[in-house]
Amino acid sequence: MPANRVHYLLFTTIHDVLKAEKRLKHGHVSMEVVPVPRSLSSDCGVCIKSSASSQVLVSFLGQIAGLRCFVFDGTGYRQDELPGAT
Amino acid sequence: MMYFDNAATSFPKPEETVTSVLRFLTSTGGNPGRGGHAPSIDAARLVFDARERLTAFINGQQSERLIFTQNGTESLNLAILGLLGKGDHVVTTAMEHNSVMRPLDFVAKTRHVEVSVVACTKGGSLDLKALKDAVSRKTRAVIINHGSNILGTVQPLDRIRDAISGKLLIVDACQTIGNIPIDVRKEGIDVLCFSCHKALFGIQGLGAIYLREGVDPVPLKFGGTGSNSEHTEQPVALPDRYESGTPATPAIAGLLGGLNFIDRVGLGEIGEKKREAKERILEGLRRMRRIKVYGDVDGPHHLLPIILMNVEGVEPSEVGYACNRAGISVRVGLHCAPLAHRAVGTFPNGGVRISPGYFTGGDDIDRLLEVMRAIASQ
Repeated sequence: MPANRVHYLLFTTIHDVLKAEKRLKHGHVSMEVVPVPRSLSSDCGVCIKSSASSQVLVSFLGQIAGLRCFVFDGTGYRQDELPGAT
Repeated sequence: MMYFDNAATSFPKPEETVTSVLRFLTSTGGNPGRGGHAPSIDAARLVFDARERLTAFINGQQSERLIFTQNGTESLNLAILGLLGKGDHVVTTAMEHNSVMRPLDFVAKTRHVEVSVVACTKGGSLDLKALKDAVSRKTRAVIINHGSNILGTVQPLDRIRDAISGKLLIVDACQTIGNIPIDVRKEGIDVLCFSCHKALFGIQGLGAIYLREGVDPVPLKFGGTGSNSEHTEQPVALPDRYESGTPATPAIAGLLGGLNFIDRVGLGEIGEKKREAKERILEGLRRMRRIKVYGDVDGPHHLLPIILMNVEGVEPSEVGYACNRAGISVRVGLHCAPLAHRAVGTFPNGGVRISPGYFTGGDDIDRLLEVMRAIASQ
């Protein structure tokens, strides 16, 4: 993944955000819990920002219902399908 | 003060509980899931940690299905009001607390829910044959008081599960959780309701309900959850679906402290200390004239540190008053369980409940027995 591309992982509850944080931390995956970018959602919650690859993210996240993934490439966001995620 | 009312709420609280609450109030501070700033995220992490720990404590599978409530009563209200509909039949027992009987009375009157109450012995044991007979094709749920708050008798959940076959099993574990191990999967519990400020050593203002996958009651509350804020409809995802409004985060911090205490000391050792205190009190009471102790206290199902007694010829309220004047806290009356007192034979006057805890000292017990002896000698 190019250095300027970042994943934003959005979940339906803060519980799921923290479940994902726990799993990624367990796998020593670089990540941060940040406010959801306004252009992705008008929600007042938080999401996970990570520069790890889709494959790495999926391998540690496992299945978390309602997960949506966006990639920021320096200019804008596009929705990305994480392989194997639900 | 000599405190013998741990069945109402445990006191004093362990150092771990106090420290955890204090840390939240002085350092963490935020409203969980209500912002992207560190205090809010740290508070959310605390709630997440408590939810995971408590789910593991009852051997639940999915921590999002462990819902925090204000108390055990709210948990039971969510189960009863959220799951029972018009024309349903529900079976319950004569040992129930009013936190079950009053919401059942409400749904009986407003939704025409049919309620069957299965008898219990004077010792508080459930008649399993009568339970089996009470369950019919139209039975929607069976609600069981796991441990009596007046007698200390514990019902055998494995045999109850066998008796009711695949019916929805709702368990009121307010008195048992933290006193005896509970395994929701092994015991086939569909809905587990409990408070967190008794034998879990949390503080008041927190209860919980665990919902097996596929059990989805209608919420009691609707409102802000910190999630899906662009929509005015209630979220579907758990735990948010049932947790509208700011949670009792200081009490959740206290629960974590209580769980740390249980981990450090061990459930077995805590239980043994309470059992010893109960036995010592019973032994002292047995030596006194005019003292009547209720229930099958020597039986295999008397597993909770709860003793119900009366002094012959003396109103329970008078006993309570005399104890209070001596600096001793016991609970008198009907203990919000009128049906149970009817089964025991202590309705309407009730009785004197003595419930020692982990921190009950030998000197406290000696003084309690001294005061009871004086009351019984008058």
